[in-house]
This record gives sequence, C-alpha cells and structure tokens, in this order.
Amino acid sequence: MPTTTINGHDVTVDDEGFMTVYDEWDEDTGKALAEAIGVDMTDEHWQVIRFLRNDFKDQGATPTIRRVSTAGGVDTKKLFQLFPKKPAKKMAYIAGLPKPAGCV
Amino acid sequence: MKKLLILGGGTAGTIAANKLRRKLSATDWEITVVDADDNHRYQPGYLFLPFGTYKPSQITKSRRKNLTKDVPLVYGEIDRVEADENAVLLTDGRRLDYDVLIIASGVTPRPDQTDGMTGDQWGDSVHEFYTYEGSVALAKKLETWPGGRLVINIVEMPIKCPVAPLEFAFLADSFFKDKGMRDKVEMTYVTPLPGAFTKPIAAQAFGNTLEEKGIAVEPDFMLMEVDNEKKALVSYDEREVPFDLLVTIPLNMGADYVARSGLGNEINLVPVDKFTQQAKAHANIFALGDANDIPASKAGSVAHFEIDIFVENFLEYIQGKEMTHRFDGHANCFIETGGKKAMLIDFNYDWEPLPGKYPVAGIGPMSLLKQTHLNHIGKLAFRWMYWNMLIPGRPMGLPPLMSTSGKRTDLVTAEK
Repeated sequence: MPTTTINGHDVTVDDEGFMTVYDEWDEDTGKALAEAIGVDMTDEHWQVIRFLRNDFKDQGATPTIRRVSTAGGVDTKKLFQLFPKKPAKKMAYIAGLPKPAGCV
Repeated sequence: MKKLLILGGGTAGTIAANKLRRKLSATDWEITVVDADDNHRYQPGYLFLPFGTYKPSQITKSRRKNLTKDVPLVYGEIDRVEADENAVLLTDGRRLDYDVLIIASGVTPRPDQTDGMTGDQWGDSVHEFYTYEGSVALAKKLETWPGGRLVINIVEMPIKCPVAPLEFAFLADSFFKDKGMRDKVEMTYVTPLPGAFTKPIAAQAFGNTLEEKGIAVEPDFMLMEVDNEKKALVSYDEREVPFDLLVTIPLNMGADYVARSGLGNEINLVPVDKFTQQAKAHANIFALGDANDIPASKAGSVAHFEIDIFVENFLEYIQGKEMTHRFDGHANCFIETGGKKAMLIDFNYDWEPLPGKYPVAGIGPMSLLKQTHLNHIGKLAFRWMYWNMLIPGRPMGLPPLMSTSGKRTDLVTAEK
C-alpha cells in the first residue's frame, strides 16, 4: 500500500488515494482531504462525515448512500448538494474510509 | 425432536431443505418449509419470456413437488420472527416454533420505492422483467412496440442476477434485428455504476459488447424519479434521459417481515457472517441465498455453492462444534449476448471475473469472458440442470469453492 502525506501526517492510502487505516484519520485530516477535492466543509458536511465514521466502526463497512439517508437521516438529494456529482465516493474519501464496495 | 424451520421455498430454501433432509436423522430433526404459494419459478427464465423464447409454463413448477416428500411445506404469509422466543408468527395467527431458523425469502423488485415509477406510465411505457407478471406483460408490449427510444435502467445495486440487465440489452438488440427494425430503436443503458459492470475486467468486456451493438451507456446515474409527463428518467445530479419504452430494474429489497422482525438492514437484508451465513445478531438464525447481505452476486449459483458449504458447517453447528468451512463468495453466470452466443464468468469475494477456461484448466470446454455458441448451449441446458440436479440437491460435480486454475490471474493481483 502506498503512503502519502496529508496535513503533515503520513497516511496509508489505496491506488485511488482513499485512506485505508481507520485510526490514521482525524478531523483535521478530513478537512485537508475535503479541500483537496474542492469541498468546503460546513456543519452539515460534518454531520454526514461523523455518521460515516461511527457507522463504519459499528458495521465494518462504508455505508451506502441509501444507508446514510435512512440510518443517518440526511436524504439523498441533500447528499448530492453537499458532495456534488459523486457523493458516495466523496463522502468516503473525506471520512478516510475505504471506497464503497460497488456491489457484485 | 429438534425443529429446523426454513422461510422460503425458492432456490435457496429448497436446496437447503433437500440436502439437509438427507444428512439429518428423521428421529432427531424435523425440517419444515414455509411459503405463501406453490409456484416455484425458474427466475433466469424471466429474461427469456419478453422475447418469446420460453413459454410461461416452462418456468413454473410446484414448490411441493420440488421438495423431498418428508419435508412438510406450510402455506402461509409470514407476519414476523420473534427471535427472542424462537418462534415465527404467520399472518393468520399460526405460530411455528423452531430451534434453528433459516431465512431464505430472497429479494423482490420494489418499484414503489422510486418516486414516479408506479405512476401513469407504469405498465404502459414503464416495464420490468424481474417478476413473472412483469415479464409476461413486457412480452406483450414488445410484440407490437413500433420502436423508438428504449432505455434499460438499474435503479440501485445490489440486484438479483447483476448481469441480467446487460443480457436483456443484448437480447433486445438481437430481437429487433430479427424483426428487421433495429434501425428504428435507439438503445441506452442507464446505470448507477461507473461502467457496464461492477468488476473492471468484465466491465471492459461487457462495455465493448454494448458498444459493438450500438447501445449507449449513461454511467453514474443515480435515479431520483421517473417523470411521467416528460417520460424521462431524472437523476439526483439533474440529468434527464427521455424514453419511449423504459425497462427498469427497480430497487431490490428483502422481505418486509425481515424488517418488521428487526432482523434486516436498510434494504431488509439479514446481516450475516460472510463465510458461514450465520446471522450476526442471533446464533440460531442463518440467512441463505439472496436474503443475506454477503458481498457476492444475488444469484442461484451463489445459493448453490453457498449451501454446499453451509451444509458442512451446519452439521458441525448442531453438534456444538466450531464451524470450520468458509464460503468464498463463488458465483458463475452465463451471459446471453444475442445471436445464439453467450459469455461465462466465474468469480468470488477475492477474484473478479477473468478470461480463461472452465471448469477444466486449459481444456474447458467453456470459455470465460468470451462469446461462444457453447456457452449459449450451456445457458439453455441449465434450465434442465436447475430442475433436475440443482433443486433436488444432487451433486453437480462442480467444486463449491472457486479455483484460480485455468484463469488469467496474471491480469490482476488478487485483492487479498
């Protein structure tokens, strides 16, 4: 696995730059990742990212958009506004979680 | 006498019942299956009904007759599972107790979950082929459809048989060619995935086939609503795809009783251990086939291989031993590509579909990820195998775990 430096810390990432080690992430890292993909973090963004982090800890997998909207309480339309075009990927990227497994 | 209760008499439930009945002593274990009706459908046949290749009678048999006669079949609608009391309640008030429960009630298409899908155009210019009724209705529609914009759409993954929408596109191309009207049909494949399929090498192969057939792809399309007035699909990022005939694969969800019982995730799938299919929340509940949340295809072939492994584990489980067998997510699927040809893919949790030969390395006779007539013959022969080998739980001579032998593993580095 390659490593890269984000916000002054060395972190482990996959080929596409998604962080792969849960505990290497903190909110400053998340902010830096968001800047890197042009997302300006607001409280609403953080609400989503914190849900993703907690849910991953409980479930062991990056939640799908449907799960963020039903269990996390932020509807899909809103997710597309907060993380334009590709919310599933962008949310996971900022939250330092594996890219959501496209299903099989 | 211990009680094993199986909810669902479809592919997974029937195979599990038939296989376990042979392994478990009749004096120690009673095995009962519950289902709402007696119609066991050969679901891969839904793909062929719209094009008149199969008659409805060829894809339906009696659930009762597919089950070995010493397994009772109880007809009834499930109200809920009382997991803490080891009991299942039926809607008519009957109560069935169990020692071990298998949930095998699959998934069903839910057009009601997408705004506008079941609106004015439903059954007119908006169709689906994932149910018996839908497939029959689409056959009728296609008989007289004069052509125009045909849009094939997947609402959201996971769906049953993830290659079926592609096959539908390929077969539709052939169907219109045979009718001499292919030039009157503009076809678009609208998918939430970034390409034609979930896994990169197969996605490339299928993408090429779509291109060869002149079928446009609209990727990364998250459907927000079906606009009935405009007759268009509208995505969350405000793209619109107009249609004259929409063939959609609605959101697939597990049974509602799973949700009512507090046993499901957000789409009513039962969270299980991906190697043993044991429910994460209850040690005496297993979920087999489409009803569980393992990261594998929702397909009969997965149920088949999964249950081969499950039976071994189950025999250990009931003796209080640790379950030592691990299902690897093995699936194989034929993909009809039209013109009496088909492709074949064989894959698991760790290995994406790769080119090569199957089942014997270097020899085949089947070719993986390649369009051949023999694969098409295999696909058609499979209906006989399904009713006569798979469902009775007879050994098919195919190893349940995937083998990398005969596959071009040099094309990827395994994900593990």
